[in-house]
Amino acid sequence: MKYVDEYRDGGLAREIAAKICAEATPERAYHFMEFCGGHTHAIFRYGIPDLLPDNVKMIHGPGCPVCVLPIPRLDAAIELAVTHGVTLCSYGDMLRVPGSRKRSLLKAKAEGADVRMVYSCMDALRIAQENPEKEVVFFAIGFETTTPPTALVINQAKKLGLKNFTVYCNHVLTPAAISNILESPEVRELGVLPLDGFVGPAHVSTVIGSQPYHYFAEEYQKPVVIAGFEPLDVLQAILMLVRQINEGRAEVENEFSRAVTYMGNSRAKQVVADTFELRRSFEWRGLGVVPYSALKIKDSLSEFDAEKRFIVNYRSTRENKSCECGAILRGVKSPRDCTLFGDPCTPENPLGSCMVSSEGACAAYYSYGRYQERTFATDQSHPAA
Amino acid sequence: MTEQSRTDSTDGNKRHYSHTLDLSKGKVEMVHGSGGKAMAQLIDELFLNAFSNPWLDEMNDQACFQLPAGRVVMATDSHVISPLFFPGGDIGCLSVHGTVNDVAMSGAVPKYLSAGFILEEGYPLADLQAIVTSMAVAAEEAGVYIVTGDTKVVERGKGDGCFITTTGIGVVPEGVSMGADRVTAGDKIIVSGSLGDHGVAIMSLRENLTFETTIESDTQSLNDLVAAMVEVVPDIHCLRDPTRGGLSATLNEIAQQSKVGMQVYETEIPVKPQVKAACEFLGLDPLFVANEGKLVAFCPAAKAEQLLAVMRAHPKGMDAAIIGDVIEDDLQFVQMQTAFGGNRMVDWINGEQLPRIC
Repeated sequence: MKYVDEYRDGGLAREIAAKICAEATPERAYHFMEFCGGHTHAIFRYGIPDLLPDNVKMIHGPGCPVCVLPIPRLDAAIELAVTHGVTLCSYGDMLRVPGSRKRSLLKAKAEGADVRMVYSCMDALRIAQENPEKEVVFFAIGFETTTPPTALVINQAKKLGLKNFTVYCNHVLTPAAISNILESPEVRELGVLPLDGFVGPAHVSTVIGSQPYHYFAEEYQKPVVIAGFEPLDVLQAILMLVRQINEGRAEVENEFSRAVTYMGNSRAKQVVADTFELRRSFEWRGLGVVPYSALKIKDSLSEFDAEKRFIVNYRSTRENKSCECGAILRGVKSPRDCTLFGDPCTPENPLGSCMVSSEGACAAYYSYGRYQERTFATDQSHPAA
Repeated sequence: MTEQSRTDSTDGNKRHYSHTLDLSKGKVEMVHGSGGKAMAQLIDELFLNAFSNPWLDEMNDQACFQLPAGRVVMATDSHVISPLFFPGGDIGCLSVHGTVNDVAMSGAVPKYLSAGFILEEGYPLADLQAIVTSMAVAAEEAGVYIVTGDTKVVERGKGDGCFITTTGIGVVPEGVSMGADRVTAGDKIIVSGSLGDHGVAIMSLRENLTFETTIESDTQSLNDLVAAMVEVVPDIHCLRDPTRGGLSATLNEIAQQSKVGMQVYETEIPVKPQVKAACEFLGLDPLFVANEGKLVAFCPAAKAEQLLAVMRAHPKGMDAAIIGDVIEDDLQFVQMQTAFGGNRMVDWINGEQLPRIC
């Protein structure tokens, strides 16, 4: 496959892995967080941990949109479909996430609610156009990557004069989440979470550019290397991070220069700025309430805002006490630290959000990395062991 | 049709009707499943015409036949694929291939099939005829006879055009004894060709996914390939066709049933570039994607090269490849060394990758 296989070359991987092994100082450990679920997925899918020396550890961050959506907002989406009888459209993974009382959008569908899986928000718009008698709600989730398309369909709906299309907006912002992690007591004070640097997001950065990460590099003295989602990208980024640490640097470097520029995609940023405004605060699963970390639809486009058209109730819910999704999303714990992992929490029967999406740390670990269980018991160097 | 239809006369078992079935513009009606003359006419002019053989032509409610000596194998498969016609096949030939292959995966020679149809009111008879003709051609190619059947009609909106259930019977040759519990550490794992073709061909037609591809479904019967394999290496431990859930489901099922682990090598697994590309942009894994004309064989290592040569010499196994080894593993994990160099699990598919694929 042209333009893809080049980034999955086993020979090159061995070369980079050899460099990482040679350059990583045996006396110290390196703890890098990959923020994005896409990276988490790539790391496990291609078996990258097998290629790293024991003292280079990856910590899985919160960049999985499905994982960080708090249950009350999922419950509200289910309520939109069930109580308000709307045609609720969302991305595949979102449909399987268990809300409170183990309800999910898929279960609501089985009980008769009109829930549709879409690959693109344009599909939701099309459904609204083709079914003028139905109220169609697009359940929008995701980071800066999926936000511009949502903005575009809202503007398209306005252009078309659609009266039966709204968006339930749950878009969140990457830099705010990174700040939250860096400000967390586990990182700043307690030292529970050793964190030496970040593998920066791939697709998110194509939109926002590399510019927003300079603050973290400077203010918190943590190197950031923006990397593509292919396995060679990830390995190369890890090597670049090791080098920065060894040289005492804390800079933003761009491994993904084939797609990411300093300023990002100005048209995408503009349409987002024209359509959305910052929420004062937003609850994240795992991170709690994070100020200025999410977007809502501007008042001038409120006719397309499902939260304005429908009465959406938010009821606080209690998560399973043993579920460690919160700590896992903050990188404080690893999937294997959760007593529910594997039994009873599995991808077929997910109790927590990290087990649902293939980008969730638990699901990636369960689906791809479980063979490492044999060695897990003796792995004392794990950050959360 | 056909309230006006009536049996005018009979000629032996052959009935005659005042109007012939309108196979170009006619539609399936509730009466076609009611047990009356309309149903008899549908059976006569459509099914009997296409499937004619001595057992079916007797027009009993059952088929009565002799089987050669040996262990008898029976398998059943329901088909609800959407869309009914797809690149490389249709529900008709698929319903024959699916059951023929299930029977053949025991090493058996498939002999007879039954076919049950659930038709939706309003379904075009022309399409039904195309499906039935396709079944007849597939059965002839596979050397099996459709000897008994059933037709039901459901109200419009209660079905999706046409569902078909087929059941097959076959006989295992002397000296052949395969089973999912017979696979042992040291066996080699062989696939008969490229993986994921069927699933990707179906996906390319789904309404919210339309993309252009030259990939056609691999739907085909494999009994001739199996016969060639069994003749040369009767001691194949297990055969399985990796349909729903793809190769990963097959490997995990066998690992559990035989209480072994598996180690496969990504670089050895044949996947067409177009299938790889389609999976790439749909976020799918070719190992999870359904096949309808491929098999996985587990055989003693000493016989693997010989078996591979037989498979590659057969037109349905030209791209066969040894993809890995059966290993001892209490945890019964299926692992894959990635082309990238690391190792990973090949787990069961989670959730529904694509519904109604067969």
